[in-house]
Amino acid sequence: MRESHTAIIDRNAEWTDLVETEPYEVSWASEAIFFVRLLDANGDLPAQLAVQISPDGIRWCDEGSLLELDFKRELCFVRVSHFGGWLRLKGEIPSGQRARIITYLTLKE
Amino acid sequence: MHPQTIHNADLGAYDPLPSILFYDPFKSGLSGWTGLIGNYEDSLDAILPSYRDLRPPMLSNASTWDTGTGGALSGTYAMKLATRPQRSSLSVAVKRHTFRHAGPIRLETYFTFKPEASELKLSETDVHSVGVLFDLQNDNQRVMPHLQYLNAVEGVAQGRWQFKSQSPTFRDIGDSGKTVSHFHLGEEGWQDVPGGGQLLCYNEIASKKNWHYLRVGIDLKTMSFTEFQCNDRHFDVAALAPMSMPAMANLWCMLNVVFFARAGTDKRAFLYLDSVLLSADIPSQGC
Repeated sequence: MRESHTAIIDRNAEWTDLVETEPYEVSWASEAIFFVRLLDANGDLPAQLAVQISPDGIRWCDEGSLLELDFKRELCFVRVSHFGGWLRLKGEIPSGQRARIITYLTLKE
Repeated sequence: MHPQTIHNADLGAYDPLPSILFYDPFKSGLSGWTGLIGNYEDSLDAILPSYRDLRPPMLSNASTWDTGTGGALSGTYAMKLATRPQRSSLSVAVKRHTFRHAGPIRLETYFTFKPEASELKLSETDVHSVGVLFDLQNDNQRVMPHLQYLNAVEGVAQGRWQFKSQSPTFRDIGDSGKTVSHFHLGEEGWQDVPGGGQLLCYNEIASKKNWHYLRVGIDLKTMSFTEFQCNDRHFDVAALAPMSMPAMANLWCMLNVVFFARAGTDKRAFLYLDSVLLSADIPSQGC
């Protein structure tokens, strides 16, 4: 049976301006989904968060996948695979807008 | 007594009591170790502020930017607690269990802690503290034995073990009258373990890790410490008192184990646990 794990990266956190989720180690996993659940938000413009990978958990580059944050939907997600040892999301919430969210990182071996 | 047959060679690094309650080498997941959350009703906003952002555990191969994967003491993976890069940020892992006999238990682990190696500096005072606690309840009382290694405060090395026996005030959560919460992991209220000064091997740069052995014994009958050892030091537990409070609804026979790490600067603090073993001395019931 394959190992699996869901990590709560943010819980009831407020996102404004620059967003960088905390690094999470994923060396053992081969596939991942970032889910962002919107608990509350103001504003209506979509925002994009880039999936980032890292060799050391300190220095980051874009993996190429984007999570489209749609303020009209409760759940948004992005799937990634072949990501090495760490994952995080980085993006920007449009000026003057905010989102209260839960970020899940769902991992599978 | 019917000692459990030990098949796993890794257990040779341990000295358990006859009955092994769990052994988690983190080679097949986190084995029930999960993040700690404060109590709530109706809304997550009801969680006490100090409980809202305790960082969760993860499986780590302990890789660093300069030497690559360090791995665990045994095998590739360890459980890692990582704080935010903020002074006083906490990362906490809890495993929730119950007990079947109110007698002696022994917790053993191999652990190490380091700050994130984000600077080319020794950084040996960047981790504030790492610790372990139990959350226990019998028919009469809830008891929470706490121990922490106070590594440094405001950049000044401390290097001593502490315990905490004062219970913070409980707060009502929600309107039902059924839920309360108390934040017992704060920096306040810790007392020095008598003779508890201990210099642990930090090594010479921020990316080098050395594993330490830790043993904590509790008697679930008397709800008191029975033993406390780190590496070659055996500490006198006579003066160590656990946090104690009246028994609470819904927590009967609770046997939870918690590890935590606290950042001392605006840099992530990491606590790694190679493996964790909880054993007990349970009388044979015979036929």
